[in-house]
Amino acid sequence: MKFLYLAYIATWTIHSLYILYLTSRYKRLREERKELEKE
Amino acid sequence: MTVMAVARRTLAKDLRLEWRAKDAVNSMLFFALLVVVIFSFSFDPTAEESRRIAGGLVWVAFLFAAVVALNQTWARELRNQVLDAYRVSPAPAVSLFLAKAVGNFILVSVLEALMTPLFIVFYNLRSVGPAYQLLVIAVLGTWALVVNGTFFAAISIRTRSREIMLPLILFPISIPALLAMVDATTSVLTGEASPRFWMQLLAVYDVVFTTVCLALFDTVINAE
Amino acid sequence: MKRSFTFFALVTLGLLCYALYQGMVVAPTESTMGDVQRIFYYHLPHAWVAFLLFFTNFLASIWYLVRRTQQSDALALASAEVGVVFCTVVLVTGPLWARPVWGIWWTWDARLTSTLVLWLIYVSYLVLRRFATGAQTQVLAAALAIFGFVDVPIVYLSIRYFRTQHPQPVIAGGEGSGLDPRMWTAVLWNLAGFLSFALLLIWQRYRLALSENAVEEAHANRALGPEAEMPAKPDSRGFAPEYDSAPKVGNKPR
Repeated sequence: MKFLYLAYIATWTIHSLYILYLTSRYKRLREERKELEKE
Repeated sequence: MTVMAVARRTLAKDLRLEWRAKDAVNSMLFFALLVVVIFSFSFDPTAEESRRIAGGLVWVAFLFAAVVALNQTWARELRNQVLDAYRVSPAPAVSLFLAKAVGNFILVSVLEALMTPLFIVFYNLRSVGPAYQLLVIAVLGTWALVVNGTFFAAISIRTRSREIMLPLILFPISIPALLAMVDATTSVLTGEASPRFWMQLLAVYDVVFTTVCLALFDTVINAE
Repeated sequence: MKRSFTFFALVTLGLLCYALYQGMVVAPTESTMGDVQRIFYYHLPHAWVAFLLFFTNFLASIWYLVRRTQQSDALALASAEVGVVFCTVVLVTGPLWARPVWGIWWTWDARLTSTLVLWLIYVSYLVLRRFATGAQTQVLAAALAIFGFVDVPIVYLSIRYFRTQHPQPVIAGGEGSGLDPRMWTAVLWNLAGFLSFALLLIWQRYRLALSENAVEEAHANRALGPEAEMPAKPDSRGFAPEYDSAPKVGNKPR
C-alpha cells in the first residue's frame, strides 16, 4: 500500500517543483524590472 | 523555372560536389563500419539469434550514419552564404528542400548498399522471408529518416550545439518509423510474420511527413 | 486580476480535496488489485489533461504561424511545459502502479510506451526553445510542434500493433475491464480538479512568458537608444500589452 502513498506524494512533489520553478522565474523577472526602472 | 527543374539542377550540383570531395560518404562509411564492429563485440550470436537482433542493429547503425550525413546537409550552404542568396532569389524554397532530401537519400542509400554485405558477413545473415521485401522496407525507411532529417537539419542550424540538436529533435519523432523498420526487417529475416502492416505504416509516415515538410519548409527557411 | 486568480485557486483547491476524498474513500476497493488501484484516479486524469494540453500546443502553434501574435506563442510554450509536467506524473505513477501489481516496473505496454514517446517529443520541443537563438525561435518551435502532434496518432498505431505482435501485461487494465460507476465519479472529480489546476498553471506560465518577452524588448530597446520606453506593466487583467514596434519617445527628464 505504500506504493499508493508514494504515487500521490510523487505527483504532488512534481507539481510543487514546477510551482517552485515558476516562482523563482517570477522573482528573477521582478528583479530585472527593478533594475530597468532604476536606470 | 519550375519547382522540379530547380530541384534537379540543385541536386545535380550537390552530387557533383560530393563526388569530387567524397568526404561525407567516406566519414559515414567509416562510422557505420565502426558501429557494426563494436556492436559485434557485444553479441556472439548463432545464425538463429542473429536473425532476431540484426534488424535492430542494422537500423541503429544506419540511423547514426544518417545523422552524420544530415548534420552536414546545410554546412556547405552556411559557409558560403548560399541560404541568403536562395532567400533573395525567386527560386521556390521547396525545390531546395527536395534537392537536399533526395541528395541525402541517395547518400544514405549508397551507404546502406555498401554496408549490407558487411552485415551479412559479420552476422552470418540469411533471410528466411522474401528478400525483396527488405529492399522495400529499406527504401521506405530511409526516406522516412531522410525527409524529416533534412528538415530538422535546417532547424538545428539556427541553434546552439547544432550537432546534438539534430538527433535530439529527430529521434523522438522518428520512433514509430524506426519501430516499423526494425520490426519489419526482423519479421522478414526470421520469416515469422508478415511485414505488410509495417510497410503500410512506413508508407503513410512517408506521405504525411513529406507533405508537412514541403508545407512548412518555406516558413522555416524564411524565419528571421 | 489578483482577486480572480485567488478565487479560482481556492475553487481548484476545493475540487482537488473533494476529488482526493472521492478517490481514497468513496470509490470502492478494486477486487483483483486492491487499494493500489486507487493510483488510477491520479494516473488517468493526468494522462487526459496532458493530451489536451499538447493538443492546445498544436492549435496555438498553428495560430502562431498564421497570425504571428505573441499571445499564441506564449500559449504554445505554456501548454507544452505544463503538458510535460503532467506527462511526467503519468510516467511516474505508471511504474509505481505496475510494480506492486505485476512485480515489474516497466513492461513497454502500449499506453505507457506511447506516453513515453509523447513525453520525449515535447521535451525535445522545450529543448529546441531553450537552444534556438534569435527571433526565429518561435517559428522553428511552432514548426516542430506541428510535426510532433501529427506524429502522435502514428505513434499510438505503431506501438499498439507492435504490442499485439509481442503481447505483454497491460498496466492500466485491458480494454474490456469495466469500471464501477462510483469509480467513474472519482475519475471525473479528479479530472475536474486537475484540469482547473492545469489551467491555473498555464495562466501563470502564459503571463510569465509575455512579461519576460516585454522585459527582453526593453533591454533591446535600451541597447538601441535612450528614447525607447520602459515596458508597461501588465494591466489590471494581467495581460502584457502587445509589443509596439515603434519606440515611443519617453517623457522622463534626462
